[in-house]
Amino acid sequence: MLDPMYGNDYGPTDVAAPESHKDRLPRRDEPLNAADAAALDGYFDELIDADQRIEPRDAMPEAYRQTLIRMMAQHAHSEIIGMQPEGNWISRAPSLRRKAILMAKVQDEAGHGLYLYSAAETLGVSRDELLDRLHTGRQKYSSIFNYPTLTWADVGAIGWLVDGAAIMNQVPLCRCSYGPYARAMIRVCKEESFHQRQGFEILWTLARGTDAQKEMAQDAANRWWWPALMMFGPPDSGELAQQGHTAQSMAWGIKRFSNDELRQKFVDMTVPQAERIGLTLPDPDLRWNDERGHYDFGAIDWDEFWRVLKGDGPCNAQRLEHRVSAHEEGAWVREAATAYARKQAERTRAGAA
Amino acid sequence: MSASAPESDAWPLWEVFVRAKRGLSHTHVGSLHAPDAALALHNARDLYTRRQEGVSIWVVPASAITASSPEERDAFFDPAADKVYRHPTFYEVPEDVEYL
Ligand SMILES: [Fe+2]
Ligand SMILES: [Fe+2]
Repeated sequence: MLDPMYGNDYGPTDVAAPESHKDRLPRRDEPLNAADAAALDGYFDELIDADQRIEPRDAMPEAYRQTLIRMMAQHAHSEIIGMQPEGNWISRAPSLRRKAILMAKVQDEAGHGLYLYSAAETLGVSRDELLDRLHTGRQKYSSIFNYPTLTWADVGAIGWLVDGAAIMNQVPLCRCSYGPYARAMIRVCKEESFHQRQGFEILWTLARGTDAQKEMAQDAANRWWWPALMMFGPPDSGELAQQGHTAQSMAWGIKRFSNDELRQKFVDMTVPQAERIGLTLPDPDLRWNDERGHYDFGAIDWDEFWRVLKGDGPCNAQRLEHRVSAHEEGAWVREAATAYARKQAERTRAGAA
Repeated sequence: MSASAPESDAWPLWEVFVRAKRGLSHTHVGSLHAPDAALALHNARDLYTRRQEGVSIWVVPASAITASSPEERDAFFDPAADKVYRHPTFYEVPEDVEYL
């Protein structure tokens, strides 16, 4: 079962436990990041029941550890793959101000990836292993990043809708039961609000420009609206709540709201913003429901979602290829830094002798 | 495993502590990998202080930290549990005495 969303669990559950973890029972020399294999003594359940945080060296059920590794890794992968669609526009940003903003945003996304990889490593998996799982397609990233950024307005739509949806997912994760994940999410959420606002500002500006600019903004909203709604993952409320990862993740305090609840909140938040910008959203069924106190919206094309997630989106191959080549082309930098560090260490040792 | 996997395995883990402003202690903010202390410090600046979150950074090799063990938490912290007389609220004093 795949349960895919940005800032949630969207990977296949059948990935075997990492070798690196099996070999890595706690060692005294890596106290902060070693996972403790002590027998569970009910302490874990007591902490969860009391809504306390679990910390890296606490004993925890293996399934809890694996769920978190998968979730954090795929969240981290989404952050760094998410640099690509926007990175595509850095050299073509329409002004120096926009270019500086976009570079800062893309750099933030790299930072988010690093916070999350660090947090995942506290569970005893290595960063190289996680990157390898991304590069070999064994772990996924959010399907939203498999759509192309065709115009400058897409940069606005990503900030406004994609970062907006990500924030909706990520805010509840600040209270996630796993301490390092929750702390990473607090940092991430603090940084995200600028991302959403700069995107809104881009569309707001275009919507006040020439007819061509208005049209470009509307076209971007048309293309990004449905994929943004898909970011919350497939329906999982009502009877569906007992399937997939939702019930267990809720019981463990990893997940606080269902995908459907978060999606509804996002729609309720975003529709008035679209009206304010002067954009229509591409859904004829979208209307306020007085009785429910929420916006009703049309059916989501889940076939498209699964297709894109499983590799058949417009940019899947390009995104992965680019990631792998960036990693391989950066190898010489990592090697040089390692060689330099070794040389310096040898010199220090020689000097001390 | 991809061919390029092993080389950064050699990069040790560093724990990062940031002093948010003068008058406050350094606080643990997260970790990172770097080949040596100088690069760890540079990476920590780029990763954890992009918005002026700090005026001073410490990086410490994670392997240099000794931590108390979670299994022994009861025995280890118990000695403090039965010494309530270390708290001011333990003492009964007349209500009308000031500055106590
Ligand atoms: Fe992010
Ligand atoms: Fe973002």
